[in-house]
Amino acid sequence: MLRYLAGRLGQSCILLLLVSLIGYCVLLLAPGGPMSQFALTPGISKAELDRIAEQMGLNRPIIVQYADWLWHLLQGQWGTSFRDGRPVLTIIFEHLPATLLLMGTATAISISLGVWIGIRGAVRRYSLFDYAATVGAMIALSVPTFWFGLVAIYIFSLKLGWFPAGNMYTIGNGSPADYLWHLVLPAFVLAFVDVAIWSRYMRTATLDVINQDFVRTAHAKGLSRRRVLFKHVVGNALLPMITLAGMQLPVLLSGALVTETVFTWPGMGRLFLDSLGYSDYPVIMGLLMFSAVLVLIGSLLADLLSAFIDPRIRLA
Amino acid sequence: MTQDKYPNIASISRRRALTLMAATGAAGLVIPGMLGRDKAFAAPPEKPTGQIVVAFSQEPTVFNPHLLHIEVDEGIHFAIFDPLFGVDQDGNFTPALAVEVPSVENGGISADGLNWKVKLRDGVKWHDGTPFTAEDVKFTLELLVDKDFRSWRRAGHDQVRDLTVVSPTEITWRMEAPYAPYASVLASTFIVPKHAFDGVADKNVAPFNNAPIGTGAFKWADRVAGDHIELAANADYFGDGPYVERVIVKYIPDLNVMFTQFKSGDVDVTGLQWITPDHYEEAKTLEGKEVSLVPGSTVESFTLNMERPQFKELAVRQALYYAIDKQSIIDALYYGINVPTESYVPQQSFYYNPDLPKHEFSLDKAKQLLDEAGWKPGADGIREKDGVRLSFTNSTTSGHHIREQAQQFIQQTFKDIGVEMTISNLPPAVMWGDYWMLSKFDTVVVGLDFLTGPDPDTSDYFASTSSSAKGGAGQNNWLYVSEEVDKLLKEGGSVFVPEERKKFYLKQQEVIRHDLPFLPLFQYVTVRGRKKGMTGFTPNVNNRIDTWNINTWYWAT
Repeated sequence: MLRYLAGRLGQSCILLLLVSLIGYCVLLLAPGGPMSQFALTPGISKAELDRIAEQMGLNRPIIVQYADWLWHLLQGQWGTSFRDGRPVLTIIFEHLPATLLLMGTATAISISLGVWIGIRGAVRRYSLFDYAATVGAMIALSVPTFWFGLVAIYIFSLKLGWFPAGNMYTIGNGSPADYLWHLVLPAFVLAFVDVAIWSRYMRTATLDVINQDFVRTAHAKGLSRRRVLFKHVVGNALLPMITLAGMQLPVLLSGALVTETVFTWPGMGRLFLDSLGYSDYPVIMGLLMFSAVLVLIGSLLADLLSAFIDPRIRLA
Repeated sequence: MTQDKYPNIASISRRRALTLMAATGAAGLVIPGMLGRDKAFAAPPEKPTGQIVVAFSQEPTVFNPHLLHIEVDEGIHFAIFDPLFGVDQDGNFTPALAVEVPSVENGGISADGLNWKVKLRDGVKWHDGTPFTAEDVKFTLELLVDKDFRSWRRAGHDQVRDLTVVSPTEITWRMEAPYAPYASVLASTFIVPKHAFDGVADKNVAPFNNAPIGTGAFKWADRVAGDHIELAANADYFGDGPYVERVIVKYIPDLNVMFTQFKSGDVDVTGLQWITPDHYEEAKTLEGKEVSLVPGSTVESFTLNMERPQFKELAVRQALYYAIDKQSIIDALYYGINVPTESYVPQQSFYYNPDLPKHEFSLDKAKQLLDEAGWKPGADGIREKDGVRLSFTNSTTSGHHIREQAQQFIQQTFKDIGVEMTISNLPPAVMWGDYWMLSKFDTVVVGLDFLTGPDPDTSDYFASTSSSAKGGAGQNNWLYVSEEVDKLLKEGGSVFVPEERKKFYLKQQEVIRHDLPFLPLFQYVTVRGRKKGMTGFTPNVNNRIDTWNINTWYWAT
């Protein structure tokens, strides 16, 4: 087990190094750069911008800049933002709670609802419920999130006035109830699509199990439908879901680009978009490394968890 | 235009107004239209009351006003800092930290424009309680030209020599050469506190940059990165206001979302990037909101690269101008709100020349000009002369949908006169990088702010020495060379009395309208909205952002 872990960690480090190198090169090779946003500023010349870029070390060869960045990272220095000069980690951890709250809620809603719909659909295959769920899932998957978000805002906040039209809390209020009130719309909009995905996966997984011999045997032994379903079917059908949930971890923490923009939610997704727009290299690289680490941890956790639950899997 | 532009209306007394109404006998109907109700009946509150939420579609992140920054950052600077003197909506300088605006008349500027003397307000305190003195002014002007500092503007400041603190309330300096635009440069130069940089080795990363201390009407209170900035009233402010307890500057990246939150009441004032023209009709009908059209200082133009063989001849440039159907573009794509223009100077500026020849859309005249100049249609219908085909590319930011449609309008009418225009758009970072700055384009559709605040000096755009492609420093990216304009810029830049300066710049606009290094299309008009009762908001083309006078904003009750 320990050897397995050590091996996985070794692999992960090499992967991270590769990801960072490729990410860095792609980022810096992309045309533009942090100075281009100032090009139309009245009264500033290209020579002046070039001089500042040089001071910031932006005209060095990419590989030198990368080595410099990596060297600092290895010493725990993630650098500072080009935009406001603050440390990258501070900025990331500032945006993390907002995303965690939104994505956590949305994921909780989507997994629980999705799993329930999936099982029910599989058990009552070709029932009215199953058809409705299938059609619903198709619609949810085809509707663009931003559009759905805007429609939700139009109906529930502008017309009905039940929920706010965005933001994470009322400035100056910030009580738990206030957060919750602001959370409802974006969380459900996000969950809407995910419910569709989870329910489809769960339905397929359940159907796979339901038609297997051991289930028929269990029925033949005279176990109650309920017991067969929950003990034998669902337990087995959930196994592949664990891997999926593990892959969900990075998504959970890296935020939703579109939904966060539509609902003016100050999370990681928006931070990423904004940093890209301003070519804020240190922050983009920070986010990239952060989510790469999460992907690796997520898949490792999923593997460990699968082995723990499924006695057939042995990690060595 | 809104009633706010005419503050004298407020001076009509209530009694007088009532008498007037009685006289007309239709009091109820007349009030709102005649008087701009909130102005007539509401004075600013005795003490700061309530809060204002201003939305911007970009996030302010640079709070040291002298670091390289963008427009939106100034939305915060204006609230926290003061310049020596500012500039109002009519282009007049108004004293702020200076007791009076230096001029040749009052002896603040010597007759040759070389020696400056500024008297400062006494008793002003920084937000942390430290007294403001001439040392702070000296520090600010030195910081701007500090070689190690990422300064956003050195032009002008680099002419300053012998900065001398005469007393805590007086500072003098000498200019290397007479430079009239310097007054305007100073009007957008916020004074920062020297003591905030004591012992700071790298001024680019001083703690001050994320916790600014100013003398302005509002103090820095809090920032939730990616979401909002909170500013609190400065009770000790020396000037007019503040009249609200708090200002929340809310960052809303999507303009549709901003409009939605304006409708829902979450946003009181729609700031930078405002309401998109396609929402204007709807916005006008909203209850409890005031929505007005406000001319911006940005001028949209069809810019030519003057070094390209196609555009060397004036007749070609004139013909192209004739072949642009401006009004259709404005009506069809911009909901008719932008105003056609012939000049690069905003029409609200003191220096605007209203007598330039008016553009006319006429394909016949365009064809006639080209025929006379010897540009004959070739086998494929495209005109050519001496082996040069009248064919070129046109570029702008890709993804800018309205502009992309405008390009197609222009492409079509150009085709009708035998001119081939290929559209080749680029992502913003590429478009406005070397491609634009080093004049690698044939033609470009671009919106530019030509003026530095209220000053008419445009050496940066039109002096023959300002082309980066030719090793100059500036934004003369059309590679325009005119001895006459060079001369006018030089002469105008050394005259210090606005009324005397004006003639140089009126003439310059005439020359450029004649030479057509770019084909002026229109001046942008923006749709700005605010909640009813929000008073004091005043459009001002001389400053870059709406919050220029936020110290005077208040809620009418």
